[in-house]
Amino acid sequence: MSTAAQNQIQSEVFRILGDPTRRKLFERLAREGELTVSALTVGSKVSQPAVSQHLAALKLAGLVSDRREGRAIHYSVKPEGLKPLVNWVEHYTQFWTDKFDNLEAFLNKMDN
Amino acid sequence: MSTETPQAATRSVVIERVMPHPPEKVWRALTQSAMMAEWLMPNDFEAKQGHQFKMTWSNNGYSGVIDSKVTAIEPHSKLAYTWVSMGVDTLVTFTLSPEAGGTRLRMEQSGFDPANKNALGGAMHGWTGFLEKLETVVAKS
Repeated sequence: MSTAAQNQIQSEVFRILGDPTRRKLFERLAREGELTVSALTVGSKVSQPAVSQHLAALKLAGLVSDRREGRAIHYSVKPEGLKPLVNWVEHYTQFWTDKFDNLEAFLNKMDN
Repeated sequence: MSTETPQAATRSVVIERVMPHPPEKVWRALTQSAMMAEWLMPNDFEAKQGHQFKMTWSNNGYSGVIDSKVTAIEPHSKLAYTWVSMGVDTLVTFTLSPEAGGTRLRMEQSGFDPANKNALGGAMHGWTGFLEKLETVVAKS
């Protein structure tokens, strides 16, 4: 994937999660696992249709998936949807560079 | 990164540095739990093939766990363990080679496979902190 395409997906995920109500719904699903629209509406400050709309936006962004069971729709988090936000290679390059600095400083303090 | 090669599917992080200390000493720092805690993270590591251990981190109020298992251990030359953090499953390999005046230490963390969905499946621990962090990132953007 090109960097431009990656950046575009990243800013889309940011935009979708930029809405506090949407982010709270997403966080609840991440914490509590699969939930129905009505379960999500309880404890939310918005109406059920509004919750459904937010969930549809999250689904479109690839952040949640849904499953119909009878009349209820169950939502759950799609962890890979957050992937564009984290550049693991960059993250760990910085992480290990810092740890190597620590290790070097520690070796200098250590007795032979 | 513009070149597309078959190897590009799995990406690695490689850090290499010559430490002005003998391999035996570097090895101790890499394999003794209390010493690892000094430079890496608090842990319950044991220098035994197949040993499963955890490392814990905390930073600015966020915390998490890294699940690991020793997969290779060759005194003074090679140490490898798995590294599972927030559902990302990778392998960390340290290689030590003697060099004039010290030790060449190479760390390779491999298995960042963008095509592998399992790399981000399961393992939801650490998520709360991650999402809180995300919130601050979102707030800044």
